[in-house]
Amino acid sequence: MADERSGEALRLEGIGKTFGTFVALEGIDLAIRRGEFVCFLGPSGCGKTTLLRIVAGLERQTSGRVIQNGRDVSALPPAARDYGIVFQSYALFPNLTVAQNVAYGLVSRRRAKAETAARVAELLALVGLPDAGPKYPGQCSGGQQQRVALARALATSPGLLLLDEPLSALDAKVRERLRGEIRALQKRLGVTTIMVTHDQEEALSMADRIVVMNQGRVEQCGSPQEVYERAASPFVATFLGRVNVLPGAALGAGRYRVGEAELVLRADGFAPGDAVRIYLRPEDRHIEGDVAAMPNYLTGQVSRIDYLGTFCLAEVDCPALGQSIAISMSLNQLHDLGVREGEPFGFALRDERVRVFRA
Amino acid sequence: MSAGATLPTVAPPGGGQWREALAARGGIVLLASALFVFLTLPLAMILVRSFQDRSGAFAGLANFARYVQTPALAQSTWNTLTFAALATLMVVPLAFVFAYAMQRSCIPLKGLWRSIALLPILAPSLLAALSFIFLFGNQGLFKAALPWLGQTSIYGLPGMVLAMAFAAFPHAVMILLASLSLSDARLYEAADAMGATRLRRFLTITLPGAKYGLISAAMVVFTMAVSEFGIPKVIGGNYPVLAIDIYKQVIGQQNFQMGAVVSLVLLVPAVVAFVVDSVVQHRQKALIGARSVPYAPRPARGRDALLLVFVLVVSAYLLLVIGMAAYGSVVKFWPYNLSLTLDHYRYGFEEAGVEHAYRNSLVMAALCALLGAAVTFAGAYWVEKTRGAEALRPVIRFQAMLPMAVPGMVLGIGYILFFNHPANPLTVLYGTMAILVLIGSIGLANWVQYARTVRGSTLVEKSKEYVQAARVIGVPPWKIMARHVLPNVMGPVLVIATLSLGLAILTEATLSFLGLGVPPTSPSLGTLIRIGNEVLFSGEWWVTVMPGVCLVVLVLAINLLGDWLRDVFNPKLK
Repeated sequence: MADERSGEALRLEGIGKTFGTFVALEGIDLAIRRGEFVCFLGPSGCGKTTLLRIVAGLERQTSGRVIQNGRDVSALPPAARDYGIVFQSYALFPNLTVAQNVAYGLVSRRRAKAETAARVAELLALVGLPDAGPKYPGQCSGGQQQRVALARALATSPGLLLLDEPLSALDAKVRERLRGEIRALQKRLGVTTIMVTHDQEEALSMADRIVVMNQGRVEQCGSPQEVYERAASPFVATFLGRVNVLPGAALGAGRYRVGEAELVLRADGFAPGDAVRIYLRPEDRHIEGDVAAMPNYLTGQVSRIDYLGTFCLAEVDCPALGQSIAISMSLNQLHDLGVREGEPFGFALRDERVRVFRA
Repeated sequence: MSAGATLPTVAPPGGGQWREALAARGGIVLLASALFVFLTLPLAMILVRSFQDRSGAFAGLANFARYVQTPALAQSTWNTLTFAALATLMVVPLAFVFAYAMQRSCIPLKGLWRSIALLPILAPSLLAALSFIFLFGNQGLFKAALPWLGQTSIYGLPGMVLAMAFAAFPHAVMILLASLSLSDARLYEAADAMGATRLRRFLTITLPGAKYGLISAAMVVFTMAVSEFGIPKVIGGNYPVLAIDIYKQVIGQQNFQMGAVVSLVLLVPAVVAFVVDSVVQHRQKALIGARSVPYAPRPARGRDALLLVFVLVVSAYLLLVIGMAAYGSVVKFWPYNLSLTLDHYRYGFEEAGVEHAYRNSLVMAALCALLGAAVTFAGAYWVEKTRGAEALRPVIRFQAMLPMAVPGMVLGIGYILFFNHPANPLTVLYGTMAILVLIGSIGLANWVQYARTVRGSTLVEKSKEYVQAARVIGVPPWKIMARHVLPNVMGPVLVIATLSLGLAILTEATLSFLGLGVPPTSPSLGTLIRIGNEVLFSGEWWVTVMPGVCLVVLVLAINLLGDWLRDVFNPKLK
């Protein structure tokens, strides 16, 4: 079969969804490989949760098809599709114990009692809560409820795991730990997983592939490295990580004018005189060595330094550019290079990283 | 810091602090004493009287001994419990299905069905009983159907249960509507995703969610039935119950001490039901979090059709009962001359003082509702939001719960015993409208109902970020209350206020019925119903029905006004 050859677990074809006159999703095409961890990433209201709910059958698409394992499930009710789901803030049944919650889907499938009990114990051990069975959800911490929800979603060994902002309700510390745990568990079980999130850091650290969405459309689809380093659109560049935006004009042959400075970048394809915006991440710079001899050397005055833990951001006023630029560096570099507020500072742009888009 | 964390209370700056504290302390003391005079003392009076003989001397347990030795009274106790249990078993399942149809299905015209279901709340309960007599009584329209239903006569237990089901239905429906309205769509989606059947979804999500509402509804219906007086009086036949015994002892034989003993007996099941309800309410955990998504039912043809049929049948039953009474009131001379006439109304308005009575009742009810709402809100605010006089607070809370646990009949007897006592300086109030207003607003104000609703919606409102933001900025609590919280809880508050206006009229009717209240020279609807009741079996029954129908119309109008006000004031509906 075609899907066996391609190892394709899920394919979305031309998915569209409208609520009245509001277009929530438009022309979504996407193929997900077996065992892949895919993140739908985007700001709130971009349609990512709606897309997940369409995959789950909790929402019916206005147009397009959902094909799971080569089978068209577009019109099937949720129960007839093969997936497990973890909702935002879990949706555990408050009146059932943890064990009854985990067993819920198994009971629906009329498994034998002993088999169900063994499976529940196995799952609770899997998520690191072997003794939580008799407790009620209200007696568990947020992180524990999260794990229970995960165990419940995995109970029927589904071919697809759907996670709807599973970590958004948790404290930063717990969130970070669970990120690693979910990813490790997903790799161990090899279950195809789709996670919806608005947290770019979460998406970048967990996903095999990120689907960046905006206003009901897919802006870019690629590995975390791809979407971060080679943003396909201004939206992706600004949504993921920090970025300096420099308005300027193309001079042709990879040369650009920004303020009074002339930059030579790898990016090309603009006619002379085209208005452009240059997207430059704080780390797309050389600051060590003989930077003054490098191309695209710029100088300015450090107006502010923001400490962000292991690294910091220096705000540099560049008279030649007519604006300030945020430059990131490690704390060691900060000390070694003697960067201080009010002092002059020189750096060179990394021409291979900088992205240029038509304004 | 998480969003739900409690923020420190910000004290108003400067010298306003001690003044506010003093005012709070004064308010607490005033409230405690008012409740004491208008609730606790009258009730205590019953207790005192039950240990006295006719002359007022201490009689020990003699009254109780006589009660136990009177087989008729013991029989009444058993009858009362049977009647209340049957009524509860009949009403609660019906009300649950009805409320379920309103909240969880897509049947059309929900607003209409809901209004019809709430109609009986406005009718004096004996109106239902009268209707059943018109329908199934000795000269009833459907008398021939009785044997077919396995009954020989509508008088007695069957008629009582049917009429009680009518009277208690809206109360059960209201409680169940509220408990079924709290639902989390995500739970249903989770169940769907895990392949649960409809039945399993119902058993694991819907029913547990409504569990407390069901218990609460059962307790309310049971308590209502235990203390119900009008229905057994009219349609009870040879089926004596405790409420009738009290009436007979007090009004008939002027035997206040035996009336007091029976009142105490009547108090037992009511208090038990109340305690069960309170424990259950206390146990109810927050099933609905701030993140929950309200459930919106989707159309399902089979289910919707079945529920619509059910709702139609119930609505038809309710309308039939009300319509029969209304019909009865425009029939010339039941059952001999069935031609229609407005003579009764014309006579009532022109000669029997119905118009006057109307005005009296309206003024009284409006005063009760206004004063009651003010006292309740100020009281709830003082008790919950201020500091000082800590010892009095639990006392107030306990007293405020009393009217919920004590049947109106018992309270009424307490009021008569207390305010009619020669040594009581408040005796001057006896038989005036003032006493009714005071009792209605302080003693019988729907404290707990108000408190529960307001507290529920206030808690939700207060957890909202903008209210917390206001607290952080240092806006004084009363200002937050007035500016931000009250406008948002106005909806439920107005609904209760209008309901309690209706309740006030019915309270007045009950108290006037017992002979406490406005003097006969300034008639009220309650007195008219009482007079009507006395002539009930002399063929002049319409005297009772007509004010009853007027009452329904009046209270319905007031409720519609309340709905309208709610829609106008509710910012969320705009």
